[in-house]
Amino acid sequence: MDLVSKDQNKYSIKRENNEYEVVIGLEVHAQVLSESKLFSTSSTKFGAEPNTQVSLVDAAFPGMLPVINEFCIKQAVKTGIGLNAKINKKSIFDRKNYFYADLPQGYQISQYKNPIVGEGTVILDLPDGEKSIGIERLHLEQDAGKSIHDIDPQNTFVDLNRSGVALMEIVSKPDLRSLEEVNLYIKKLRSIMKYLGTCDGNMQEGSLRADVNISVRKKGDKDLGTRCEIKNVNSIKFMQMAIDYEANRQVDILEEGGKIDQETRLFDTKKNETRSMRSKEDAHDYRYFPDPDLLPLEFTDEFINELKKNIPELPDEKKKRFIEKFKLSPYEANILVSDIDTSKYFEAVIKKSDIKLSTNWITGELFALLNEKNLEISKSPISALNLSKLINLIKDGTISGKIAKSVFEIMAVGDADPQKIIEEKGLKQQSDPKELEKIVDKVINENQDKVKEFKLGKDKLFGFFVGQVMKISGGKANPQLVNDILKKKLK
Amino acid sequence: MTNITDLTLTELVNKIKKKEVSSREITNAYVNRSEKSKKLNTYITDNFENALKKASDFDNNPNYEKKLPGIPIAVKDLFCTKDVKTTAGSKILNNFIPTYESTVTENLWKEGSILLGKLNCDEFAMGSSNETSFFGNVQSPIGKNLVPGGSSGGSASALAAKLTPATIGTDTGGSIRQPASFTGTVGLKPTYGACSRYGIVAFASSLDQAGPMTGNVKDCSLLFDVMCSYDIKDSTSVNFKRKNYFKELNNSIKGKKIGIPKEYRVDGMSKEIEDLWQKGINIIKDSGAEVIDISLPNTKYALPAYYIVAPAEASSNLARYDGVKYGFRSEGKNLIEMYENTRSKGFGDEVKRRIMIGTYVLSSGYYDAYYLKAQKVRKLIKNDFDEVYKKVDAILTPSTPSSAFTIGEKSNDPVSMYLNDIFTVPINLAGLPAISIPGGHDSKGYPLGLQIIGKTFDEQNIINIAYAMENQINFKNQIKDWWI
Amino acid sequence: MGIDLKTVKHISKLSRISLDDEKAKKLEADLNSIFAFIEKLNELDTKNVEPLTSIAETTLQLRKDEIKSTNIREQVLKNSPEKNKDFFVVPKVVE
Repeated sequence: MDLVSKDQNKYSIKRENNEYEVVIGLEVHAQVLSESKLFSTSSTKFGAEPNTQVSLVDAAFPGMLPVINEFCIKQAVKTGIGLNAKINKKSIFDRKNYFYADLPQGYQISQYKNPIVGEGTVILDLPDGEKSIGIERLHLEQDAGKSIHDIDPQNTFVDLNRSGVALMEIVSKPDLRSLEEVNLYIKKLRSIMKYLGTCDGNMQEGSLRADVNISVRKKGDKDLGTRCEIKNVNSIKFMQMAIDYEANRQVDILEEGGKIDQETRLFDTKKNETRSMRSKEDAHDYRYFPDPDLLPLEFTDEFINELKKNIPELPDEKKKRFIEKFKLSPYEANILVSDIDTSKYFEAVIKKSDIKLSTNWITGELFALLNEKNLEISKSPISALNLSKLINLIKDGTISGKIAKSVFEIMAVGDADPQKIIEEKGLKQQSDPKELEKIVDKVINENQDKVKEFKLGKDKLFGFFVGQVMKISGGKANPQLVNDILKKKLK
Repeated sequence: MTNITDLTLTELVNKIKKKEVSSREITNAYVNRSEKSKKLNTYITDNFENALKKASDFDNNPNYEKKLPGIPIAVKDLFCTKDVKTTAGSKILNNFIPTYESTVTENLWKEGSILLGKLNCDEFAMGSSNETSFFGNVQSPIGKNLVPGGSSGGSASALAAKLTPATIGTDTGGSIRQPASFTGTVGLKPTYGACSRYGIVAFASSLDQAGPMTGNVKDCSLLFDVMCSYDIKDSTSVNFKRKNYFKELNNSIKGKKIGIPKEYRVDGMSKEIEDLWQKGINIIKDSGAEVIDISLPNTKYALPAYYIVAPAEASSNLARYDGVKYGFRSEGKNLIEMYENTRSKGFGDEVKRRIMIGTYVLSSGYYDAYYLKAQKVRKLIKNDFDEVYKKVDAILTPSTPSSAFTIGEKSNDPVSMYLNDIFTVPINLAGLPAISIPGGHDSKGYPLGLQIIGKTFDEQNIINIAYAMENQINFKNQIKDWWI
Repeated sequence: MGIDLKTVKHISKLSRISLDDEKAKKLEADLNSIFAFIEKLNELDTKNVEPLTSIAETTLQLRKDEIKSTNIREQVLKNSPEKNKDFFVVPKVVE
């Protein structure tokens, strides 16, 4: 990493005399959220015993035929709408032919020349403004099974549970330029699909994987360099590591006067390096042709419009609304809309509470808590309702912000009603001016020397008096009132 | 009483319904005759014991409402049958026992029929003489060392030899009609989408159709009526209003317009075929139908287009036979070697040849020149038919350019073998229905067939025309049981 | 257009069917005679013809998103050449 510019927004690779720009395109494979598979009625549930979710169709028995799942088609179209993309009213399923142990048909049903979704865009929020990333296409295809190499020393074991599960392959244009852009792009895609409910975005379970296309070119060059494709990378961190390794490898070759071979490479996560998959190159002729077991997929404008009507508010629109309606900063809005559950939580809290305070408490205390406990907001130990109550108690002066933090800590353990905690623990703020006056008088009486100094101009001592009052009140005194009374008495 | 095996399918159905004969008696008769006819090599797997048991079950608890009550039927070994070995005539499926049933055979069993056995065929239905089967060639009952045609050769032979009262086959480029023509029987290739392809070992998905093979047209209408159904398990199955083809059978041909395509008068066509065709034309005229000369200009491109489309689809359909999930496996020291050993030892020469052709025409750089071109030609051929069907109700042609040839005669010359399907292939490319009926004999006494081609889903019409013609032709197969 | 031995070997590799030299030579001859016959299509001008995408006169039927296939592992593995109660088994794949 030492030779890479640390400023992530201006990612480039520098060598003695040259600076290289890195050009990245992603092919993201997103598992469609559905009950059953794309062409068969087996379950898609993750984590089942091997080969227990395999139908005769999935295992490609003689005479078995594919029948398409309508819901998967709708999911793909919805995702296309979410990517502001062109929906193709006619698309065709093709067979991609190759032999592999976990590909029972000897071909994958995919879409080649006529995908279900055409060009679209995804907006990234970068610190210096928005950047638009082009989407080339989205198509539907079947997932393959899983080869397991480490159970038996002589053999590979094949589990076909995943065979036939619907995937959306979302192909970006080569518009990405840095590791941070890749990070934001994946997160944005995931966010959009989670808003739509079309993919759960779970990278650990393989619901989201990507092939990464990388090329480098000298700064200022117009033509793209020769690209390499890194297959099947399954986390953002690995994508970034792979890109960084691969970009540097390509630059090294160019610096030595070499040429980049267009090839498919594999990222070895243990060695942190990419290596050529030449073995696959021989058989790289996929012999695509339209699957004769299926007819072209055609739909009407009404079909598309019906789906459009039911598209929820997506992150970009929501962000706009949050800024305009709630006067949030773009930064705050971004944080709150990036995850659909966060935005839901936020909107639930502000229904009854002050927006400014809610924003601060959610992005501050709550996020810190979730982070510490490694929890999704949907599993938050503090419900939106109780957080809202807490915020209202601050707002109406029942407790101070400081007390609120201790109440929050108690809430984090058992999602208790903050009102009850305050009552039980006697944490209610003292806002009775007469009671407070008594304490102030006591402090003044006991510290006559300090009063003298203060009156002679040692303003700093004001804080000392406030501190003393708070101490005596056990932190419960209303700080604003204490200020007012002290000012009056010390005049 | 006449011999049971000399009765037609409909006669058997009637006799059973009238309780003049039991299912057990019928089944026994066909089992006995089949046992004595092993020389013909028609069966790959017999189901005799089981069939006899089922026949007794039927007799103990008969249901005469069924369309095929207690009738034993042997089927082409391309239909997957639950718990009964299904090989597609290939070594690669030599030991394959399906746990499921094809929709078409299921339809037969639902109507009371009983599986008698699985009949020989060309390997993966690729062939026109039944010589490519891993289980050996089939003898035609018509004559010693004569091919029964293919690929449904075992079916045609068993039917003509009366080892089964009726049978079913599949037709990708003529595999029902050509063997029917060679054996003096009736074979119907339905419209693409009329019969479900679910559970049938696939050869070329956009061309394959299952159909009935019977001794006469009436039997054909009955069996087709039972086979034909809309099936949600097959995305290419068409949900149209199916008729009761058996009940609506009649011999009205008067006033119908029958087209005679000039392009079927091919170079070097024998006098005998030409005479047969003329005989058919005369019968039509005499029955009060109108004969109209038509043109199907792209006919000559059908066979070359077929030999691109069918192998291309086959090369992909047969990729699943890789030694991993079922069937034959030949070991290798790694996965690729295992694949290569399994497939080179598991497939026969003709299948390999077609996989190679298919792989080549789909391979990088050749797709547009071959596959895409062939799909365009297919469109032109379809257009040809659409155009003439504005003027005519059906088309009459010979079924084959020659009568049956001898075993080995063409097996070393693929192209001359392929030319056998010249009259049948265009119909598959256009997805139309066509029926072959016996039209007469050649000088050697071998049967010759006439083909009636219909409009999409107009099976009833061509069956009725065939029924009327059959009545006039009065064909009798001259089979002398030479093998018994 | 001729198909040479190299092409035959290439397609044999693509289709995972091994061929010895004798078989490859025989196939080369067969394929050349078959393609000589297929090349007849070249005389036909198809520039403005739409390719046929499907012969079935219907539209693609769509299925509801329902799980109907249950656990049939035993059935699915029953015919596999290398017996194992949980998995399909193939010779070691080295990546």
